[in-house]
Amino acid sequence: MEEDFKVIDNYLMIRMPEEVDHHKSVDISQRADRYIVSKKVGNVVFDFERTTFMDSSGVGIILGRYRKISCFGGKVYAVNAGSRIRRLLLLSGLENIVQLVEK
Amino acid sequence: MIEVTEKKDYRSITNEMRLEFAAVSDNESFARMAVSAFIAPLNPTLEELSDVKTAVSEAVTNAIIHGYGNRGCITDRVQMNCELRGDILEVEIIDRGVGMEDVDRAMQPLFTTRPEWERSGMGFAFMEAFMDDLEVVSEPEQGTLVRMYKKIGLGSWIVSEE
Repeated sequence: MEEDFKVIDNYLMIRMPEEVDHHKSVDISQRADRYIVSKKVGNVVFDFERTTFMDSSGVGIILGRYRKISCFGGKVYAVNAGSRIRRLLLLSGLENIVQLVEK
Repeated sequence: MIEVTEKKDYRSITNEMRLEFAAVSDNESFARMAVSAFIAPLNPTLEELSDVKTAVSEAVTNAIIHGYGNRGCITDRVQMNCELRGDILEVEIIDRGVGMEDVDRAMQPLFTTRPEWERSGMGFAFMEAFMDDLEVVSEPEQGTLVRMYKKIGLGSWIVSEE
């Protein structure tokens, strides 16, 4: 699980699990925050390559991290987000908050 | 009391299942898998399957974290009732938790009673977006019932129309 979190320069890379729900989200948020504080990273990148399911808890993870880093000028990115995840982000009004990155 | 009392017309029901599980977060994925297995014979599209799974996940998560206050007590129960009338799926998610005073307010997008838990406030909005119809009945200190409907198998129609 630890290899799902990696710091590259000023970016925290998070490999999201296959299923992103409330059960998983608590742990992901806590781990991410520990990295943000201890490694002083400015930006967070969520990698959805493996993700086949997500509900509003995933939106909560992204929004929560955005709130933590945006006041210091940080940004959140989504990599490998399929059409389903894009739709969820759009429905939640996150399209102006998350930068979608094509690989 | 949140109770399903109306007499059912069983002649139109083609399949039915009832499930009761502990209100612990591990069961969120169990509930999703159970409902997708239940509708599998209808050959749902991937989109429909994802829609139903997301909506059920939202309702069950609400029951666990809001209804029962996320206390993880094994004796707290969530009930899931599924029914098929032809290709119409009806899912009920019932908890006997704290209930809600103002259902309309709770259903507004971005509304959350637990900002400290980083809830997005999108639960009901997602249920509404992904299902065809949504009803919520709640009574303070009695619990909450979420009833959702969705027509399954529209995918093949859309493909043949094209």
